Amino acid sequence: MSSEAHTSAEYIKHHLQNLTFGHLPNGTWGVAHSAEQAKEMGFWALNLDTFFMSLILGAGFLLLFRSVAKSITSGTPSGVQNFVEWALEFIDSSVRGSFSGKNKLVGPLALTIFFWVFTMNLMDLLPIDYVPLLMTTLGVPFFKIVPSTDPNATFGMAIGVFILVLYYSVKMKGLGGFVGELTLQPFGKWGMPVNLLLEGVNLIAKPISLALRLFGNMYAGEMIFILIALMGGAWAGMTVGSATLYGSQIFLSLGWAIFHILIVTLQAFIFMTLTVVYMDMAHQEHH
Amino acid sequence: MNINATLLAQTIMFALFVWFCMAFVWPPIVAALEQRKKQIADGLADADRAKHDLELAAKRSAEILREAKEKAGEIVNNGEKRAIEIVEDAKAKAKVEGDRIIVGAKAEIDQEVFRAREQLRTQVSAIALAGASKILGREIDANAHSDLLDKLVSEI
Repeated sequence: MSSEAHTSAEYIKHHLQNLTFGHLPNGTWGVAHSAEQAKEMGFWALNLDTFFMSLILGAGFLLLFRSVAKSITSGTPSGVQNFVEWALEFIDSSVRGSFSGKNKLVGPLALTIFFWVFTMNLMDLLPIDYVPLLMTTLGVPFFKIVPSTDPNATFGMAIGVFILVLYYSVKMKGLGGFVGELTLQPFGKWGMPVNLLLEGVNLIAKPISLALRLFGNMYAGEMIFILIALMGGAWAGMTVGSATLYGSQIFLSLGWAIFHILIVTLQAFIFMTLTVVYMDMAHQEHH
Repeated sequence: MNINATLLAQTIMFALFVWFCMAFVWPPIVAALEQRKKQIADGLADADRAKHDLELAAKRSAEILREAKEKAGEIVNNGEKRAIEIVEDAKAKAKVEGDRIIVGAKAEIDQEVFRAREQLRTQVSAIALAGASKILGREIDANAHSDLLDKLVSEI
């Protein structure tokens, strides 16, 4: 719990607000100091916390992998090379399991998605108040440390995947084949509008479900951490009730964090697997 | 929680990360893994081949050992045979030599006998002459009685 001046609602709102950089109402560029200001900035604004956290995490794991890749030996592996090789083989076998086509992009794509999402999700396990408190002390009004609780991040990735799916659909099946797939089934050419509606929804649902599943899970998880954190925040002197709440916070945080390890990994894995499956569908000729 | 330009930034960042991973991370690691897989397969194949070679070598060494034993036996046999031959040969040679020596000795003896006989013969004739002269009391002309003497000598 941050300061006592906050009410519960303010506390929650504060934790759910991104650090948004954009055009301020007074005509200058700067960081929004309230949710309303951030909203008024419109589309041309950047969530600095999401951006920098995801950049640091993504670049961090890629550089780790890169440093191993540079000095990799086919002899006896040691240290971090063991981990990197294990990770890569795990991703590679998952990809082989669900992707039947031949495409050099899919492996690296799956690896990037899994570890990027995983590291972003992992930030959820950091104590919920530490970083925002530190940032407030440094004069930064908001800081959401988990990029995957920002729909911009999840939709950004899902759109990237969607573009790849569209690109490979057209590339593998031809434009005619792809349009045919959208319009000529399941009801044949006389049911074209219905087909287009069904298949269109099917197609659009892919990136949306991808993004919303990850966002929803991480956002809900974060929300529960916030709510648990509120229990200890209800501290009102040395009373039995306060002590009970305080103790409950510790145990519930611990329990939820342990359970969250599963969600963090699972969501990263689901995002990766679904991406691979969508890529596989894009590569497959429909009959 | 507003959708804003972060969306685009994240998509671009995502694309860059995937590109980086595809260009600099994935290929060297996969190559190293493939190479190790190959090395292990080669190692196993080599081990199999070595095992096979070992079996062959063991078989061959047994063969060579057997052959050597056979040859050694043969050599020993030959040696024994040769030894017998040499002994036999030496025996035969010795016999021949002995015979030769015996023959020589016999001839020598015969010669000695003959010579002694001749000597005796001449001496006998002389003794006979001397004896006769003693008996007759006078010189006997050897020439005159040579026929007689010769007859006597030849009778001895």
